[in-house]
Amino acid sequence: MDPVILFFLFGFVAGLLGSDLKLPSTLYDSLSIFLLLAIGLKGGQGLATQPLLPLLPQIVAVVVLGVLLTLLAYAGLRTLFHFDRPNAAAMASHYGSVSVATFAVAAAWLASRGLDVEPQLAVLLAVMEIPAILVGIVLARGISRDTDWRSLGHEAFLGKGVTLLLGGMAIGWAGGPQGLQPIRGLYFDLFKPVLGLFLMEMGLIVSRQVGELRRRGFTLVLFGLGMPLVSACLGIGTGLLLGLSPGGVTMLATLAASASYIAVPAAMRIAVPEANPAISLAGSLGVTFPFNILLGIPLYHWMASQWMKS
Amino acid sequence: MGMHTEKRTLLTVFTEASIEQVLIRDMDRLGIRGYTISDARGKGSRGVRDASWDESRNIRIEVICDRPQAEMLLGHLQTRYYSNYAMVAFFTDVEVLRPDKF
Repeated sequence: MDPVILFFLFGFVAGLLGSDLKLPSTLYDSLSIFLLLAIGLKGGQGLATQPLLPLLPQIVAVVVLGVLLTLLAYAGLRTLFHFDRPNAAAMASHYGSVSVATFAVAAAWLASRGLDVEPQLAVLLAVMEIPAILVGIVLARGISRDTDWRSLGHEAFLGKGVTLLLGGMAIGWAGGPQGLQPIRGLYFDLFKPVLGLFLMEMGLIVSRQVGELRRRGFTLVLFGLGMPLVSACLGIGTGLLLGLSPGGVTMLATLAASASYIAVPAAMRIAVPEANPAISLAGSLGVTFPFNILLGIPLYHWMASQWMKS
Repeated sequence: MGMHTEKRTLLTVFTEASIEQVLIRDMDRLGIRGYTISDARGKGSRGVRDASWDESRNIRIEVICDRPQAEMLLGHLQTRYYSNYAMVAFFTDVEVLRPDKF
């Protein structure tokens, strides 16, 4: 098993046992800044060696995918799971958006198997964070006059995640592979060790969701496992449509299957205050995140290669 | 010879860090001239808020102003935020030097 996954499991078990292990929150913040920048830089330096225009249809395609996933999750939560409107909208928004940590684990997983991923997947990662937030807000509140779109737009487009990804990408693109040579050691070579440390804290955070999961019973587990499988199929379909490589298709499937736990909860807390944040987080963090990094990524890769063969 | 002080009201608010920016905008709009915000941890009716990561971070907001303004701000918080957010707020009487500041 990949050592970064072992770090995650270690944090998870330590949390379950009630250890007082905890990364200082400033370190956790620093590590997430590092990971976002590293992902952006890597994508940006790849983009420097290719034309940018072909990116446009791909961006449009993943925006449509993000909207579709959010609507699908909302419909499922309302009809199959009988969620009320605000909670269904907030939760759907989490599942229509993406998780950077899951992307990072998939990147490490694919790299260790020598599978290349198109550099624009980092762009698609940043783009896919956004539409689900806006769709979720509209689903919860309708389009009303008193929605503060300015501050919500600010939250959606200038959140920490999107800013760092795009900033890293711009630096990587401007510098190119040659220009980035002096900083490779930190951002590229240390990516995996830092990811391990980050995942240890993620394991601790996930272990705290177990109580909420116990209270909510099977609903969250069922949705948290079912939704990513459906999303991954749509992600694979989109990847094939865009003519991505096997690594790229796997990555897009993983992105589609992943659920946000940073950008979306922050935006939903402000935009849809009636929704209980504990429910969405228990689903996205407690079920979907561990499922994706432990079983989902290899499964999506297998599904993608089966589809590509036929 | 005593110091010359005047009475003001200190409004203390404990709430979720996720709405910090929104509250700052509210206070600016309501004409609050100064406030102090610090990180906080604790436990209440919405469970343990231990600041272990973004979603469980709390803040403490302290505002010193005259009584009517403090009541107006708390009234606003009560109607807008009490029902959906972890929030505890209370008044304390304080004595300040330089009353023109508050």
